[in-house]
Amino acid sequence: MADVHLGAEQATEAERAAVDAALKRYGADPVVQRRTERLAIGGTARRQQRRHYLLPALHSLQNAAGWISPGGVNYIGEVLLVPPAEAYGVASFYDLFRTDPPDHDGDTVHVCVDAACQISGCEELAASVAAAGGHVHRSPCLGQCERAPAMFVQAVGGPDRVPADEPADEDGDGAGYRLPQAGDPGLRLLRRIGVADPASLEDYRACGGYEALARAVEMGPEAVLAAVADSGLSGRGGAAFPTGVKWRAVAAETGRPKHVVANCDESEPGTFKDRVVMEQDPFAVIESLTIAGLATGAAQGWIYIRGEYPLATARLLGAADQARAAGLLGPDAAGRGRAFDVAVWRGAGAYICGEETALFNSLEGFRGEPRNKPPFPTTHGLFGQPTAVNNPETLINVLDIVTEGPEAYRARGTERSPGTKLLCLSGRVRRPGLYEVPFGTRLGEVLDLAGGVTGSGELQAVLMGGAAGSFVGPDSLDLPLTLEDAREAGTTLGSGVVMAFDTTVDMTAVVVRIAEFFRNESCGQCVPCRVGTVRQHEALVRMAERGELSAQRREMLDDVAQVMGDASICGLGHTAASAVRSALDLGLVGAGSGAGLGRN
Amino acid sequence: MDGSTPVRLTIDGQEVEAPAGSTIHAACEGAGISTPTLCWAENLTPVNVCRVCVVELEGSRALVPACSRPAEDGMEVRTDTERVRHSRRMVLEFLGSGVDLSQAESLHAWMEHYGADPDRYADEGHPVERISEPVKVQDELYVRDYEKCVLCYKCVEACGDDAQHTYAIAVAGRGFDARISTEFDVALPESACVYCGNCVGVCPTGALQFKTEFDLRQADQWRPEEQTVTRTVCSYCGVGCNLDLHVQDERIVKVTSPSDHSVTSGHLCIKGRFGWEYVHGE
Repeated sequence: MADVHLGAEQATEAERAAVDAALKRYGADPVVQRRTERLAIGGTARRQQRRHYLLPALHSLQNAAGWISPGGVNYIGEVLLVPPAEAYGVASFYDLFRTDPPDHDGDTVHVCVDAACQISGCEELAASVAAAGGHVHRSPCLGQCERAPAMFVQAVGGPDRVPADEPADEDGDGAGYRLPQAGDPGLRLLRRIGVADPASLEDYRACGGYEALARAVEMGPEAVLAAVADSGLSGRGGAAFPTGVKWRAVAAETGRPKHVVANCDESEPGTFKDRVVMEQDPFAVIESLTIAGLATGAAQGWIYIRGEYPLATARLLGAADQARAAGLLGPDAAGRGRAFDVAVWRGAGAYICGEETALFNSLEGFRGEPRNKPPFPTTHGLFGQPTAVNNPETLINVLDIVTEGPEAYRARGTERSPGTKLLCLSGRVRRPGLYEVPFGTRLGEVLDLAGGVTGSGELQAVLMGGAAGSFVGPDSLDLPLTLEDAREAGTTLGSGVVMAFDTTVDMTAVVVRIAEFFRNESCGQCVPCRVGTVRQHEALVRMAERGELSAQRREMLDDVAQVMGDASICGLGHTAASAVRSALDLGLVGAGSGAGLGRN
Repeated sequence: MDGSTPVRLTIDGQEVEAPAGSTIHAACEGAGISTPTLCWAENLTPVNVCRVCVVELEGSRALVPACSRPAEDGMEVRTDTERVRHSRRMVLEFLGSGVDLSQAESLHAWMEHYGADPDRYADEGHPVERISEPVKVQDELYVRDYEKCVLCYKCVEACGDDAQHTYAIAVAGRGFDARISTEFDVALPESACVYCGNCVGVCPTGALQFKTEFDLRQADQWRPEEQTVTRTVCSYCGVGCNLDLHVQDERIVKVTSPSDHSVTSGHLCIKGRFGWEYVHGE
C-alpha cells in the first residue's frame, strides 16, 4: 500500500483502465515506487517523479466517468502517490473537471459567453442546445471568436470535439481552411496555411519546412541566439518581453536540465491566433520549439495546450509523431548528437494557466497558481529548472529569422516593433478571422481589411488586446499598431485582439461580463485579486441595474483597480481592471451612457 | 556572494544592514520598522499570498511582498508611501468585507492604523458577497469555522511540506470560492488527519480552533487575559518538546509550543497537543 491515506471508495474497472491507459500513453513508469519514507516522497519533493502525471490522470477519469469520483481519486493516490486531498484540490481548480456526480448523462456542451459570442447570439445558441436535450455549461472564451457563437463538446467515453471543426476537417485534411487573406503575398507567418496539408510532413517540407532547423544546426546555438536578439523579436502573448534576452538567460544556465515550453494555453478573450496556427501549421510549432531547444541547450520541450482545443492537440500530436519518425525529434533532433523531444500536456480550463508560472504548477500536477517572481523562469521554471516559455506565434517568427536573417526580418514592421503581427479580428466586422499585418499598420486599415464595421456600420469602440487590454474609441482609427504607439496611447496590442463593437451594442453588458470573467478566472491565491475582482463585478452589476455610477462608487472602483494593479501576484490581477476602467473613461458605460442590463 | 557578508539597503531613507539571506521583512524588523503580516510565520515557508506586507521597491513596477523578497545590496525600499498605505488598507478592507475578522486580533490595530473600512463596499443596502458556511464540529478536538478563514495557506503548509507531511487538507476550488478542504470535503476523522493540531496552531484568525477554546468562547467563558502560561517539557517520549500550557481557572485550556523552540519550531504531535487530560485526573 502506498503511504498515503486513501479513502474506502474503490475506482470502477473503467476508471482504472482509463488511468492506466493515460499513464501508459504519457510514458509514465508503470512501477509504483511504494516507498514508506513519507518525508522523502512528500509534496514538492515528489516533483518530476510521478506528480506531473496528475493532470493527464484526472483528464482520463473525467472522460471515463464524467466526473472525478472519490474512487478515482483513491486510485490516483495509489498509482501516483498523490494524497487525495491534494488531488481533489487540483481537480476542483479546473473548469473541465467536475468533482460532484453529474446530474446528466453524456456530453457537456460548453457555450462561450464572452464578448464576441455575447454579441453574436450565444444565449440563443445555449437555449437551442438545451431545448434539444443537451447539457449546457456557460464557458469563458473558447478561442473561436471568428466563428461566434462558439461551442466545445466535452465528451464522456469518446474524444472531445468542436462542432465547427466538422465536417471540413473530419478526414484530417486541412486544405479546406481559408484565411481571409489567402493568397496575399505579404503573408509571412501564415503563408503555409491553407497551402500545406497540416497532417503532412511532406507538404510542410515542400513549403520550406525544416529548412530553418537545418540552418540553425549549421549556425550553432550562439549564432541563433544572436540572430533572435538582433531581430528584435518580442513575446506575442501581451508582455512583449524580448525573446533574445529570455533565450540567452536560459542558454547561460549550466549544470541543470533545462526546458523550453510552448505556451499554447491561449485563453485571453478574443484570442484565437495560436489555435489557427497550431491547427493549420503544427509542424511550424514543433520545428521552432526544436530550434528554441537547440539555442537554449534544453533537451526537453513541452507543449501545454488548453483543453478546449482538441483539433490543435490532435494535429500537434500527429506532427510530433511524424517528426519523431523522421528523426526530427529524438536523439539527434537538434543536430550533432543533441537530443530534443516534446511532450504534449492538456490544460483543463483555467485562464490563469496561460500565466507562465501558473502553467508550470499546472503541468507539474499542482494547482495552477502563479508563483511570485523573482525568481524568474529563466533560472527557476518548470520543475524549478531553467525554462524558456514562448507562445506559438512568437516561436514561429524564429523560422524566418533563422532562414532569412535578422536584417531581412527587420525590413517589415517598424524600428521598435519589427516584423509582422497576427491579429484576431472579431465582433462586428464583415470578415472576422486571423490576419497578419506588418507592425505599424493603422487600426482603421485593419478594420477595413476585415471588411469594415457591420451592424449599424458605425463604430462605437474596439477592444484591444482582450479582456486584459482596453477599449479605444472611433477616434483611435489612426493609431499605428506598434508596441510603442499602443503604449503611448494608453492601450495595448496584448495578444492581438481587435474586437469591434458597433453603436447598437450594449456596452454595459459587455463590460459586466468582462468583470465576471475575471471574477471567475481569478485563481484565488492573493487577496487583492480574489476579493477585488468580486467587488469590481458587484459594483458593475449594481451600476447596470441603476443605469448610473455615482462618483463615490467610481472612486471605490478606482481604489479596487489600484490595489489589484499594485499588489496582486500576477498579470491577471494587474490587468483585471484595465478594460473596465477604459470603458468608464471613454464613457462607454457609467454616467450618461444609458447603461442598462439589456442583452445583446 | 559570501554568505556571511551582510547586505546593505535603504529602508525609508535609512541605511540598513541585514544578515545575508534576510528578507525585506526581516531587514525592516531589524531597523525597527514593523510590518503587518498575515500569511507569514517564522516557522513556515513564505507563500506571500495575503499581500498585506507589500512595500515599494525602487525599480519595480508593482509593489513587492516584504515577507518573501530577499533583501539585496543597494535596494531602496519604502514602507510608508501613499501606494503602500493604500494597498495595505485595501487588503485589510477586502478581508474584512468578506470574512469575520472578529478573532483575528493581530489585524485589528493595523486596520485602525490604515483606516480600513470594510463596510464601504455594500451599496445602499445591497450586501456584498461574504464567505458563509456552517461551523464544522466533527470531533472532540478541532472546530473549523471557514467564515473566519482568510485563505492564508498556513494550515495547508503546516499539514503538508512545512511540518507534518500528512497532506490531509489542501486548497480546493478557485477564486472567491476557494476553500481549505479535505478530499471531497469528507469529515476530518475520515481524512488523513492525524490530529497533531499544527494547523490550529498556525491559524491567525480563529477559523481553526481547539474545541476547548471554542466551547469556552461559546459559553462566553474564554478569558485570555486571566490565563497563565506555564512552560514544561512533554512527558510522553524522549524528543523533549517544549509545551506551553495555557491555564484558565485551574484547568488546561490549550497547549502550544514556542515557534522558536529548536525541537518543535512550534509544531507538536497529537500526544503533546491533546494528551493532557490525565493532569486533571480524567
